[in-house]
Amino acid sequence: MGIRDGMPIGIGYFAISFAFGIMATASGLTVTEAIMISALNLTSAGQLAALPIIATGGSLIELALTQLLINLRYSLMSISLSQNFDKSIRTADRLYLSLTLTDEMFAVSIGKDRPLGKRYLLALLLLPFLGWTLGTAAGAIAGNILPTIIVTALGVSMYAMFIAIIIPVAKENKAVALCILISIILSVCFEYLPYLKNVPDGFVIIICALIASITLALLFPISDEKLGDSMESEVA
Amino acid sequence: MEEFTLTFGKFLIYLAVMAGVTYLLRLLPMLFIRKKITNRFIRSVLYYIPYSVLAVMTVPAIFYVSDNILAGVLATVVAVALAYFGKSLIFVALSSATTVLIVEIVYQFILN
Repeated sequence: MGIRDGMPIGIGYFAISFAFGIMATASGLTVTEAIMISALNLTSAGQLAALPIIATGGSLIELALTQLLINLRYSLMSISLSQNFDKSIRTADRLYLSLTLTDEMFAVSIGKDRPLGKRYLLALLLLPFLGWTLGTAAGAIAGNILPTIIVTALGVSMYAMFIAIIIPVAKENKAVALCILISIILSVCFEYLPYLKNVPDGFVIIICALIASITLALLFPISDEKLGDSMESEVA
Repeated sequence: MEEFTLTFGKFLIYLAVMAGVTYLLRLLPMLFIRKKITNRFIRSVLYYIPYSVLAVMTVPAIFYVSDNILAGVLATVVAVALAYFGKSLIFVALSSATTVLIVEIVYQFILN
């Protein structure tokens, strides 16, 4: 049951983490390092944002704050999900269940009507975890052996997948579309304008994302059940 | 300026900070919070953050995946168009990568 629910997530994760693996070795990380990052983090946006910071020797504060902002939503999902746990889940189980809590895992498990048991959740997390780490390994190895021209071409795939995640939501939801538009305008300003372009990558993400999401939260606050429901197309 | 070299030791420190923050964000609420967050503003900000983060990370970085700007721009156009028509993640990614490859091949082997 859990295995079956986890399979499509695992396959999707393999593809995304393959792209991450390619980018990780392109930034100068080793295959082992790329796999370690994926096994311990399971967050596509967070991991990709960390790459330039790690590769260029950015500050630990920048890294920590970037992860804090990008992954803050997991806290909300964690609160919500743990209220559906049944008695089979003890404190020790929460130590590993929380490690593998991603957007997709949340979306799938929150969609169940009955309380969530340990057996189901363990089965559910197995394939996504394997897909994520093995995909990273495959991508990192491929990044080292494929010709440069192919690696360059594959380097676009993670960004393309991000586009494939946000565009369909933006198409249905004008507020999300506006949020994306504002984010892009801010991001472009930080790339090209004097002074702003000297701000480190991690802080750019934090500043732009906070301005855009606070603006949108003020203009178009979401209805109650939205967080989670609409996360199904979101990735890791 | 001295070139930064990432030793395995330095890497482990970065990894510990990164994984530590991410893990605690997931773990602490699961261990200690028993009440739902109902504040609509906070829920709304958290709802919009992933879309904003992905957009900020993608643009303008995607334009520079190759030394040839045209490759990045065309790859973006292809990805946006296919995503708009609801194609799968993998299909969008491979089409976009193929676009970069084609532009690179044209410039490196045909125009030169």
